[in-house]
Amino acid sequence: MKERKTFRFATTTGGALTALLFCLCGSSLAAPQDVSQSPPGASACLSCHGAGETELPSLKALSALDIETAMDAFRTGARDATLMNRIAKGFTPEESRAIAQWLTTQGRAP
Amino acid sequence: MSLTRRTLLASSAAALAAPALAQTQGKIVVIGGGFGGASAARFLHRMGLDVTLIEPNAQYISCPFSNSVIAGLRDLSQQTFTYAALERQGIRLVRQMASQINTSVRRVTLADGVMISYDRLVLAPGIDLNFEALPGYDEAASNLMPHAWKAGAQTMLLRQQLEAMDDGGTVIISAPANPFRCPPGPYERASLIAWYLKNNKPRSKLLILDSKDAFSKQSLFTAAWKEIYGDRVEWIGLSGGGKVTEVKAKEKIFVTEFGEHKADVGNVIPPQRAGKIAISAGIADQTGWCPIDPVTFEAKLAPHIHVIGDACVGGGMPKSAFSANAQAKACAQAVAALLRGDNPVEPKLVNTCYSLVKPDYGISVAGVYAPAKGLLADVQGAGGVSAANAPASVRAAEAQYAEGWYKTITQEVFG
Ligand SMILES: Cc1cc2nc3c(=O)[nH]c(=O)nc-3n(C[C@H](O)[C@H](O)[C@H](O)COP(=O)(O)OP(=O)(O)OC[C@H]3O[C@@H](n4cnc5c(N)ncnc54)[C@H](O)[C@@H]3O)c2cc1C
Repeated sequence: MKERKTFRFATTTGGALTALLFCLCGSSLAAPQDVSQSPPGASACLSCHGAGETELPSLKALSALDIETAMDAFRTGARDATLMNRIAKGFTPEESRAIAQWLTTQGRAP
Repeated sequence: MSLTRRTLLASSAAALAAPALAQTQGKIVVIGGGFGGASAARFLHRMGLDVTLIEPNAQYISCPFSNSVIAGLRDLSQQTFTYAALERQGIRLVRQMASQINTSVRRVTLADGVMISYDRLVLAPGIDLNFEALPGYDEAASNLMPHAWKAGAQTMLLRQQLEAMDDGGTVIISAPANPFRCPPGPYERASLIAWYLKNNKPRSKLLILDSKDAFSKQSLFTAAWKEIYGDRVEWIGLSGGGKVTEVKAKEKIFVTEFGEHKADVGNVIPPQRAGKIAISAGIADQTGWCPIDPVTFEAKLAPHIHVIGDACVGGGMPKSAFSANAQAKACAQAVAALLRGDNPVEPKLVNTCYSLVKPDYGISVAGVYAPAKGLLADVQGAGGVSAANAPASVRAAEAQYAEGWYKTITQEVFG
């Protein structure tokens, strides 16, 4: 949960550029992601962990390994959660890895 | 015809706005601009596809969090969205009701007579309240005993009736049998109305008359009611005589198999079925809902039509905004693959529904789903409800997360 605030402004150059382009277009940051290549289950993550800042933890600053590790810990119960443990149990380690990788490429920007 | 010219003009404008990755040929029409249809239109268009969205209303008034509006905790404006962002994105918006679908020639007829052809149709009309299923409860009756199961004027009517009620009054909510839109919704509503009564009309009571013996997050709701609302909230299930068989709207009377209950404020949540267009086009079966292929969402009763959201038979998935949005993304992926001539990948879907028991007390139910035996089935071992006996801090966190979810999903769909 604390990662949300800590990494709030940590964007890559690419991310910053994309954000800038979106501002120039007058479009909001929440323009939908391209989900055409998303692995099974991945696109659903975005309806809670989206591009904006909300009460929910943002994934924006996390690496694929961070997300995969978290999913593994939620699945085994090593990490406590209100909800994610119930969801992580529905995905195998391989599925979770694919989701984590996609979230940090397609799913990150804008 | 003028239709063709109109369509051509519109599509060249949209083509300019669409991303340059368009390689796939095919014209997609989406019926319904709710959580399902608006999401589908956005994601399909984002993939570079040619998308027309048919929706008669200029504004979308969202049901999630509308129970908070009823309890005076929120403004209806926070529930109200427009399609401006979709138009900015380049989606062609047709502000009409679709009145007919000709499945053999793949053509939609609008209320104004204009016809629109499609290669793939995404159908997301939501629900129709079934005003024939419960004797005494028709549209006119809903002006006296609101359903408030489509957000807007009905939401405000129920709120005003509660505000006008004298302290010491009885509020009655009747809940239908499964399946229906938002399985935990009636019980969240009961909770938040009880919150309103506790703080404003403390001598009043709330009774839930239910057509079933079990409901979503039941043990969590029941425990919380006892703890927070004492005997202010009473629930009568099917075997206790809770099934409402008739309503007398003028007198605000609920008739059950066991007797009559008179309300000061009566909220009838009637039986439901898929939106009318799905029924009239023959895409729904005798249950009133549309069976689908769980990989592509293609209707079992009509090829080239994909049904998502409340109108489809979602298998294990509840009829929720979260489900409709998740299905829209999976469906968009499948439709794009089909138009490319590829095999659609088997999806996995997720649902999460938060409910508020009071403003700082949230509980949730979640599930993960995958195609099995022709349905979207629960993935075993996953999902379930919030922990029983969780501390207040966890309930408060889930109430916050509910807010976060609402902001994120409405941004994704309408922002
Ligand atoms: C009180 C309440 C609380 C809820 N709370 C939650 C919650 O907390 N979380 C959650 O996930 N879900 C919640 N829901 C459920 C959620 O509102 C629905 O599941 C969701 O709206 C379904 O989306 P949909 O796109 O299928 O239908 P809808 O959102 O109803 O959209 C259907 C759209 O289609 C249009 N349409 C219909 N027929 C036609 C036609 N012939 N031509 C053109 N357009 C047409 C309609 O105008 C409408 O805009 C709640 C529901 C209620 C009633």
